[in-house]
Amino acid sequence: MSALFSAGFANLPDYLGQHVLLSVSAILLGLLISLPLAIAAYRVAWLRGPSLAVASVVQTIPGLALLALFYPLLIIVSAFTAETFGFGFRALGFLPALLALTLYSMLPVLRNTITGLAGLDPAIIRAARATGMTPWQSLTMVELPLAAPIIMAGIRTAAVWVIGTATLSTPIGQTSLGNYIFTGLQTENWVLVLFGCISAALLALMIDRLLALAEDGFAKRTRWRLWAAFGGIVVIVGVSLFPLFGHAGETITIGTKSFDEQYILGSLMQDRLRAAGFATARRDGLGSTVAFHALTNGDIDIYVDYSGTIWANEMKRTDQPGRAAVMAQMTAYLQKKYGVLALGSLGFENAYAIAMRRANADQLHIDTLADLAAHAGNMTIGGDYEIFSRPEWRAVTKTYGFHFAKQRQYQSDFLYRALASGDVDAITAFSSDGRIAQYDLKLLPDPKSALPPYDAVVLISAKHAHDQKLIAALKPLIGAIDLRTMQQANLMVDRQTDKLTPETVARWLDAKITH
Amino acid sequence: MIQLENLTKQYGGRAPVVRGVNLHAAAGEFLVLIGESGSGKTTTLNMINRLTEPTNGRVLIGGEDVRAGDAVSVRRQMGFVFQEVGLFPHMTVAENIGITPRLLGWPADRIGARVHELLALVRLENAEIAKRFPAQLSGGQRQRAGLARALAARPKIMLMDEPFGALDALIRDELAADYRAIHNKLGLTTILVTHDMTEAFLLADRIAVMRDGELLQVATPKELAAEPANDFVKRLIEIPRQRAEKLARAMQSA
Repeated sequence: MSALFSAGFANLPDYLGQHVLLSVSAILLGLLISLPLAIAAYRVAWLRGPSLAVASVVQTIPGLALLALFYPLLIIVSAFTAETFGFGFRALGFLPALLALTLYSMLPVLRNTITGLAGLDPAIIRAARATGMTPWQSLTMVELPLAAPIIMAGIRTAAVWVIGTATLSTPIGQTSLGNYIFTGLQTENWVLVLFGCISAALLALMIDRLLALAEDGFAKRTRWRLWAAFGGIVVIVGVSLFPLFGHAGETITIGTKSFDEQYILGSLMQDRLRAAGFATARRDGLGSTVAFHALTNGDIDIYVDYSGTIWANEMKRTDQPGRAAVMAQMTAYLQKKYGVLALGSLGFENAYAIAMRRANADQLHIDTLADLAAHAGNMTIGGDYEIFSRPEWRAVTKTYGFHFAKQRQYQSDFLYRALASGDVDAITAFSSDGRIAQYDLKLLPDPKSALPPYDAVVLISAKHAHDQKLIAALKPLIGAIDLRTMQQANLMVDRQTDKLTPETVARWLDAKITH
Repeated sequence: MIQLENLTKQYGGRAPVVRGVNLHAAAGEFLVLIGESGSGKTTTLNMINRLTEPTNGRVLIGGEDVRAGDAVSVRRQMGFVFQEVGLFPHMTVAENIGITPRLLGWPADRIGARVHELLALVRLENAEIAKRFPAQLSGGQRQRAGLARALAARPKIMLMDEPFGALDALIRDELAADYRAIHNKLGLTTILVTHDMTEAFLLADRIAVMRDGELLQVATPKELAAEPANDFVKRLIEIPRQRAEKLARAMQSA
């Protein structure tokens, strides 16, 4: 427990700093857009409906989806600018998170500013004109000061929303306090999840109280309240951002997808690179295709993918030439098309496979995928968020003629429990998962080779494909991890008792390799 | 001093709210514009300092069309007092009174001196009042502050829209008498809008009667009482006399 806590605190300066930087930037950029827009909409009546409608629609998009949508959008824009103006930009991380959160912050500010201004006593506005104020003077000397408490209330709501929603920027590669939550969720480390939730909530609460003080200051026209509020915010932001300065030189960014094995391997590679003198950064919990595009786009420099995933999803291949051939053809393809270096297999496969409770499978006499087809019509299958839309799934259902009665999607940890508790009858499992043994599951063999091999491969971006120092640091990992070792490592993070952090397990794994 | 020529205001395709008003106020004159609600008297007043722009006709101040220059500088040269007062609630009394001089770029010490002079003029002599916010004042004090604000930049012309309408009877008479004295002392030209004929008779040098956007008669109170132009005007001026008679009877029988 205390080890988990200290692991949490160790990352706090980085996570909190990034979180605050992102939130503050989004709120400020949001204000820069929504305040003038609200004032325009207040003066020009026809603007009011459309601007509020657009902001409301944005608000109905779930935060996670809004954040996710900006990534492909920016990839397209980046490709366009690269082609037309000769420069691209990073489509992952800060920029998409900033833009999505900026949009997210707009509605409360827009709505409150318009309401606050439109609700002013007409006699006061008439008096402002009659005393000889220009429209601008009337706005800045009378209308905005009088509407300030209501506008501040809107800014407060926006700030709390943005700080909360910023935790969702982790999956698009922006470090935030959400890293605790996503890593904790993937590794079933609830202490870490709580740590992330509480730290984000505390931050939001502090900012909310300070802005409430500012709101009060505007309403009661007391200067000390305003000074205290803005002073407090400056202190919080300053202290949070302090650790971010002093990072210099080039940083190697390691990406991971959103499951335990990836976190362990990410830490393992990070340790190796640090030991070799590299400055490193992490982009954790990326979606499968997001990770690949991030690598080809140069947003991340290194990550581990699986040969079959590239084979089916990127190369669009459905044939099965065998493990070695898939590996060779994939390596050549990545080199030729993207300049990406496939350094080699780590030595194990993490294949998609269908698993059932052993007792249940034995009772129904199901030994392979071919036997499953007859029973699929009465069964519910559980999968992760990706599998049912992947080409591998289409291939396997077509080859064996599966028609499951129901499909359900789970976050990968809950997937195994759903099978163990009988909520589903079969799941799409990962062969390197430690929980297959833990829950006594039966993996069904694939006699018709519908699924490709899934060798774990270290991929290096085009930019670093010829970096001999980097290659030398990672080369010892190639072929060094067998399936049993990886299953053991995964279980140490997944199991319910004596849970270890991915960082700790990575060190255990490293020690085992060097032996 | 103030000349309204064929002044007309029409909104969209509806009947004009002010129609062909010709009116002249001499320098130093106290002119009261009277009529029922909807008669167009407030719209007429608003067109003088361009709070409302006319559809037709023009307003001349000292022979110059007010629409020749920009509206803001026209407004800074005239004082305007409303029934709702319209003091800025986030500014102190002193800041409210000094607003037009501030907009005109007066130095701070000159504004401060002017504010003190005005507080004495409108009889808000309590030293504390200058630092208070409008919400901390009584209705009468608020209207006095509104009056001081209108007078701050030494305008020659005062426009007043039912300035005493919202006040208690006692305060109302007192403030009206005070203002008439200020008008005389400063040599102002005042146009005051009201629907109260008693007030008009007590304050005005001349009374202009409006109905349905048109000017019915312009005359001194005496002439108006002697020769009302039509039945409407006649009925209107009868009201104060009838009320006075009723009051006398009621007092006797009591």
